[in-house]
Parts: sequence; structure tokens; C-alpha cells
Amino acid sequence: MPDAERPPMISREDVLHVARLARLELSEPELEKMREQLNSILTYIDRLKELDVTGVEPTSHAVPMVNVMRDDVVVPCFPRDEMLANAPDRVGEFFRVPRIIED
Amino acid sequence: MDVVIGLEVHAQLLTRSKMFCGCATTFGAAPNSQTCPVCQGMPGSLPVVNRRAVEFGIRTALAFNCRVNEACRFARKHYYYPDMPKNFQISQYEEPLAEDGALEIDVDGASRTIGIQRLHLEEDVGKLVHEGTLETAQASLVDFNRSGVPLMETVSRPDLRSPEEAAAYLRAFRAVLVYLGVCDGNMEEGSLRCDANVSLRPRGSSELGTKVEIKNMNSFKNVQRALEFEVRRQAEALEAGLRLVQETRLWDAERGYTRSMRSKEFAHDYRYFPEPDLVPLRIDRAWVDAIRAGLPELPRQRRQRFLRQYGLPAYDAELLTHSQALADYFEAATGELPQAKLVSNWIMSELLRVLPADDEAAIRAAKITPRHLAGLLKLIEDGTISGKIAKDVFQKMVVSGEEARAIVAREGLTQLADEPALAAVIDQVIARNPKAIEDFRKGKTAAAKALVGQIMKATQGKANPAIVNRLLEEKLSKI
Repeated sequence: MPDAERPPMISREDVLHVARLARLELSEPELEKMREQLNSILTYIDRLKELDVTGVEPTSHAVPMVNVMRDDVVVPCFPRDEMLANAPDRVGEFFRVPRIIED
Repeated sequence: MDVVIGLEVHAQLLTRSKMFCGCATTFGAAPNSQTCPVCQGMPGSLPVVNRRAVEFGIRTALAFNCRVNEACRFARKHYYYPDMPKNFQISQYEEPLAEDGALEIDVDGASRTIGIQRLHLEEDVGKLVHEGTLETAQASLVDFNRSGVPLMETVSRPDLRSPEEAAAYLRAFRAVLVYLGVCDGNMEEGSLRCDANVSLRPRGSSELGTKVEIKNMNSFKNVQRALEFEVRRQAEALEAGLRLVQETRLWDAERGYTRSMRSKEFAHDYRYFPEPDLVPLRIDRAWVDAIRAGLPELPRQRRQRFLRQYGLPAYDAELLTHSQALADYFEAATGELPQAKLVSNWIMSELLRVLPADDEAAIRAAKITPRHLAGLLKLIEDGTISGKIAKDVFQKMVVSGEEARAIVAREGLTQLADEPALAAVIDQVIARNPKAIEDFRKGKTAAAKALVGQIMKATQGKANPAIVNRLLEEKLSKI
């Protein structure tokens, strides 16, 4: 870790929580690897905080552009068979997905 | 205990195409026939905002007196469910389209102002059909036609104090949307959906109790029933000294109760962040002003006008203006026949007997048009038929779509107003009913009513009741 002095910002529990939200199953080594990587990302973000951004408008986008909109016009949809072609499972006109179960 | 209710209403906007792609939004199309890589959330596809959806959002915001935010942007709301393959819904979080408005509602003749906290735009998700029953299903089938249809979410403040107020709010809300032409308001087809937050607190306290979210209430009646059930459930639990848990509960309309949803089905950990595939919106004042200038007359304004212009009772004005189609129907009929109260009575008692008041499409498509109804009422007004016969004719018009005059002529329903002819009938009836005459002499005035009945029967209900009453009275007074 670049900043060994600091306590880890992301704990093992944090990684497990986020992994569960993302429906990811991580092995023990993967979990530790994720924890390290996430910490190093957050450390980098912390470094950005050192910049003086007084007077800089906050933005959510890299491109200084607003109001990109389209007219409410219908265009042909994709053929259903094409849209269903990559489905792992289908029944007739539907995608078929496993039943949602409690975990 | 005080009841505290807030409503979240999701309304599908009446755009032709979806929120972020050009797929059609037609309801009831064959499964998965209206999709593309954008609304199926395929990697690499890019959303583009539908300008009409934003316009409809602003239109609604203005009708509720909300502040339209100049800076507005979209955010990703993350959750995992097969109705949404990209695992996030494009919605708004910080910087919604509009905030801080209000809706006036009327309950038991009293007016109340219900705050509207925010209004934002988002995309709808696909529809799951379970194979077999929910309990036994091994798999679910997914139809993505609905995925990406523009949704407008409006969150009220927790200002509602009873299930009746919640239902009144929803009705008033729906009416405004239909008047604005931004949503068809059809709860059965799911174009208007409502979730509620319900809690109880000691009377007069300003602290909020533990809040429970209720989902799956798909009609006005169900909203009220579900909330009544939930208020009772919470009150009983609190009285028994139990603690309530903050949770989401589903309304089961068939069984008439709310049941807890598994807590993990809805992890409220959405990890919102600004949608990087969409640039922010900067809502131009001139655009807002132009939309404001184009706002139509809204339900409350129309109700006020009905009171003023037609002199209708408050009840009539309220009921007629709740549905735009019904109010239009009334005005079209009144244009043909200016007896407003008569028209209103027939709409409320007869038309609404055969058509549901909130089915705009059915009212607009009614076989008995406003002109037809006015034509029927004219026949009562000029004495051609009695009110009683008119009700029968009305029933026939509803089915056949014919004009009243045609039915009356064909079936010989014209009222008998020929005085000498009626006098002859009355004489016969009097002669046949010595017992009734005797009773009448002894002071039983009800006997006269029985005679009227006989006279009407003898004329197949066609005798003009006013003339019959007058002639009979004259004859009886001479006996």
C-alpha cells in the first residue's frame, strides 16, 4: 500500500458488503486483492483532495456540454429474435431467468 | 394516534418513444417486440434524453406549483433484479427536475394542501411473468417492452392524515395528469402506480414513528383498503406494546392484508452516482415560460368555473370535473341543452351507472354521445316522453347508439297528452275501482296514487303524469 501509515479505509467487511450488493462471490485471495485495490483507489482520490478547487464549478461530466436531447420520434426496434439470440435461456417470446430466491 | 402518510406516485408519460431510445411505448404489444440494445441495457449502448418527457415533467411540475430546477441531472440507481439487465436504473437523485410544490385536495367538504417534495424523471423496468404461481415458480419470464418507458416519480410530503385523504390525493393527482395530457392515468394497466409510506405517532407529536412502505396497490380502492389495513395493523401492534420494524410490505388484494417483503429483496443501498452517459440538463427559463403559457385549465379551476357558469351544486361540479372526459361530456351536452342541472343529474345517475367515472376512454367512446343525451332530455322537456320512459330509452341508446327520437318513434313511446283521450281513460279506471273511490271518500288520499298507477298501466306508461294528476284531481273533487 502506498500509504502504510494510515489505517485501511476499506475493511474486509466493506468489501464483502459491496460484493454482496453486486452479487459477486469472491474467494479469500480475491477479497484481499479487492480490498487492496479499492484502498489504493480511495487513497488516490484523497490525493486529489489536496488540489485547490476554489471557484471551480463541480461537474458530473468530463465534457462541458448540456441539453443533449432527441425528439420524441419512434424508430424501428430491433427484431425480437436478434434481441433474444444471446439469451442463455428463452421460452417462446420471453427471456427466461432463474427464480429469484432469498439468500 | 395520528396517522402520517406520504405517497410516491409513478406515472408513465404519454410519449411516443421511450425515455432514452426511439423504441415505441405502445401498451400490450407482443412480448419483447419493442426493444433495442439501449432499453435492454447492453454494454456500449448510449442513452439520449427524450425532450418530450422533460417537457411533460416540467408541465406537471408547473401544475403543482413546483420550482423547476435550472440544473438537473440523471443518476444511476443500482440494484440487481432481472427486470433490469444493466443492473441500474437511470433515475434522478440530487438535482431532480423539480421540487417544493403542492396539491389541494378536498375531503368531506374541507380543503387541504398537501406538499409535494420532489418530482423527477426515470426509466421504467421490464415486466416479470412467473412460471406457475409465485410460490412454486422455478423460473420467471421477462418482457422488456416496458423497460425504458418514461416514468415520472412524484413524492408527496408526509402530510396525509388518513387513508381517505390518501385516496383523495391520488384522485386529484390523477385528474391533473390526465388534464395535462401527460399520462392516461390507467391504474389497472399500471400507467399510474402508487406506493405509500405509513406511520403512526402520538397525537400532536411532531416526531415521526417507524415508517413502513406499502407497495402493490393497483387501484384507488386498493390504496384505501391497503392503508386502512396497515393503519389498523400498526395501531394494534403499538397498543400491544410491540415495536414496529422499518420495512417494505406488499398489499395482497385478494387476501386483504399486507405482508412483509423479505428484507433482502429490497436492499436500500442504491449507491447513486451521476449517470456518466448523459450530460446534465440546463433548463432554459424561456422554455419553462412557454410551457407555463400552454397549461390547460386544471381540474380545480374547471370546478370553480362549473359552479360559477352553470350554477351546479359543489358535489356535481366536483364529480364531473374529476374526469376530464366526463367534464367535456357535460359541457358538450349542455351546449345542446342549457338545463345544466338536468344534464348533470342524468350524467351522474344514468351515464355513470353504465360507465366507470375514471375510464376516460370509455366515456369518450360512449355510444350515447353528449348530443344524443341532450336529444333525449329535450324529449322530456317538451313533454314528448315522461322521465320514466326516458330511462328505458336511455338504456336502449347505450346499447344501440341510436338517437332517442328514432327509438321513441319506432316503439310508439310518445307520451299521451291528449286531454279528452286521457279523461276517457280516467273515467274507465274510476268506474272499475269503486273500492278505491270509497277509500278516497273516507279520507285515504293514498287511494288516489293507486288510481294513477292504474291509469299509467292502462296507457303503457305513456300518459303525461302532470295532466293525469290534474284531471284526476278535478274528477275526484267532484265525486
